[in-house]
Amino acid sequence: MSAASGAGVLRLGLIGSPNSGKTTLFNALTGLRAKVGNYPGVTVERLEGELHLDGRRAVVIDLPGTYSLDPISPDEQVVHRVLAGEIDTPPEALVMVVDACSLERSLLLVAQVLERDIPSCLVLTMTDELHARGGRLDLARLERALGIPVRGVVGHRGLGIGELRELLRHPERWDRPPIRPPASPAERAAWADSVLAHCLEQRPARHAATEAIDRVVLHPVAGPLLFAAVMVTFFQLIFAWALPAMDFIDAAIAVMADSARAVLPAGMLADFVTNGVIAGVGSVLAFLPQIVLLFTALYLLEDVGYMARAAFVVDRAMGRIGLEGRCFVSLLSSYACAIPGIMATRSIPSPRNRLVTILVAPLMTCSARLPLYALLIGAFVPATTVWGPLGLQGLTLLGLYLLGAFSALAVAAILKRTLLSGDSLPFYMELPSYRWPPPKLIFSQVWGSASAFVRRAGSIILVASMLLWMLLSFPRLTPAPGISETEAARLQLEQSFAGRAGHVLEPAIAPLGFDWKIGVGLLASLAAREVIVATLAQIYATSNEETSLRAAVRADVDPETGLPVFDPPTVAALLVFFVFALQCMSTLAIMRRETNSWRWPAFAFGYMLALAYGASFAAHRLVGWWTRSA
Amino acid sequence: MSHPAEPIHRDAISPDRVPRAREDHVAEAPVSLASLEVGATARVVSVDAEGPAGRRLQDLGFVPGTLVEVRRRAPLGDPVEFELRGTHLCLRRGEAARIRVRRA
Repeated sequence: MSAASGAGVLRLGLIGSPNSGKTTLFNALTGLRAKVGNYPGVTVERLEGELHLDGRRAVVIDLPGTYSLDPISPDEQVVHRVLAGEIDTPPEALVMVVDACSLERSLLLVAQVLERDIPSCLVLTMTDELHARGGRLDLARLERALGIPVRGVVGHRGLGIGELRELLRHPERWDRPPIRPPASPAERAAWADSVLAHCLEQRPARHAATEAIDRVVLHPVAGPLLFAAVMVTFFQLIFAWALPAMDFIDAAIAVMADSARAVLPAGMLADFVTNGVIAGVGSVLAFLPQIVLLFTALYLLEDVGYMARAAFVVDRAMGRIGLEGRCFVSLLSSYACAIPGIMATRSIPSPRNRLVTILVAPLMTCSARLPLYALLIGAFVPATTVWGPLGLQGLTLLGLYLLGAFSALAVAAILKRTLLSGDSLPFYMELPSYRWPPPKLIFSQVWGSASAFVRRAGSIILVASMLLWMLLSFPRLTPAPGISETEAARLQLEQSFAGRAGHVLEPAIAPLGFDWKIGVGLLASLAAREVIVATLAQIYATSNEETSLRAAVRADVDPETGLPVFDPPTVAALLVFFVFALQCMSTLAIMRRETNSWRWPAFAFGYMLALAYGASFAAHRLVGWWTRSA
Repeated sequence: MSHPAEPIHRDAISPDRVPRAREDHVAEAPVSLASLEVGATARVVSVDAEGPAGRRLQDLGFVPGTLVEVRRRAPLGDPVEFELRGTHLCLRRGEAARIRVRRA
């Protein structure tokens, strides 16, 4: 799969600290022909791009940003292992990427790289910013002091890239440092200072725009207010503004299913293609607008430099429960979907904080719960106004969201005090200068992440929904003559493997007020939460059209008792069950990838199921008692 | 009272152009970086942290001799933003307390 396979291909590693402009340089060198993939065995994303250097083929590997070759986070572990040749062939030469304005700190990393004795060169990025801030650096003297080739570039404008490509053609001709820099931190710093003294003619002044913006963004009063405003906009973006695009995709999927039904002869094949394949893929694609918007917002906030400030503002609050500011960003993303949220934990250096964040992320109310919430609240909660624009339905929804978020924080606090307590790693975070990221950079990041989401989640949901279709469709019944088509479908469902499983499950879920039909829905929702709505629609043999399903669940009565199946205690229990249970195969698969074992996904599934059952039981009792006494 | 030996001052920028630490001046006792007020500048004397934590603080630039300025506290009081070696870095007070500095 690697572009590097084949003889005679030069492998170049890009190494540098976070925010050094590495990815911009990578894009400038390779165009947008980068491949996003994962390193084997680990889960950090791997970016490789091909580069044609006048007759010589080369592959550029964008290594994750690191402050040191002494690794403490999963990202940094990858850098270490790539250099050691533990993953793939090690790069033959290294291109060190350093922000010209922070050379003083970055020389500490440069020293560590030079100790390795791999052919290396140094690329100073953002030299335009250095000049704008009045800094003057003598590149020729820096080159002499380090003993390796040095080039300056402005990555997003392509300045200096031609010269750099010329240099990259022949790493074997690069100068090597005559003596290696010292290995102890204090001596390394002395070495860095003496190098700097040789070449830095004028230190850059502070970044004026950053100073001015931070006076507002980190102001004791204005800062938190702005933070709240950003969060509100963020939610608005995910929930309200993504809706038209989601509706459009839903409609397009329906058109596709209809045309498949028109083309294929009626029967099992048509049913399989429309209900199994198209509905399955559609349930993933419908979330794509949210995912794309979410990633665009996240990358924009990150690349502009606001995300670090947001983490700075909320760190104290997150510290109270034992986590840190960066965990907040992951939990925030989990409101759209736990998958990007879990993927965003990679930037958290502390393995324990990262694991705790991964384990509680699925408790944040993701968008896949919305279809069921919307169905049940629409059907059973009266649309009365409580106060001003606040209605009872909206408040119920808000309550479910708050319950999820509160539980996530509570579980995190408990885990940090028990199973995953103690962590000797320091908390540190850099506040980068504010910058306008080039649109191309944002585009390539969003494209990479969104296509990875579709591939990963898509393949799992596709398989799961095909499996579910089979369980709902077999064994086949020959319908008795004279009964209606809907009745035949309902009987088929009740006798199917899934229907029988629902009956088997019934005693276990009866204390929650759930009957076998809800049981089938719960089993189906193990694939993905929103599948329960489609399954209930199949069970009630209605179309997937919301109002009629709403009417059907409201009208359903228990054949033995004559009482409604969905009474208030059952509705409350089902809603609460969905707040807690981890019914999402994609999340479990991502957890497996990110933690490298089935242990943690199994733990998360177990504790969330226990919470769901307990809380659901309590909700059933409580609402039952309350409705009787009312 | 034991008087700390004259520290080996290294200037973060340039030993040639910046005057060396005034040897005649009685050096103050080192204090914790967390105890400094916003706006104060100091030089790192030592990092009292073992293992990966200490190594990481040093890799981030908290090495003896480095000039650090306290820039601001977060709205809730913690963490604290420092400027050192051309970068802006936040540490919690707990971590900053492990770094001994001498006012510059």
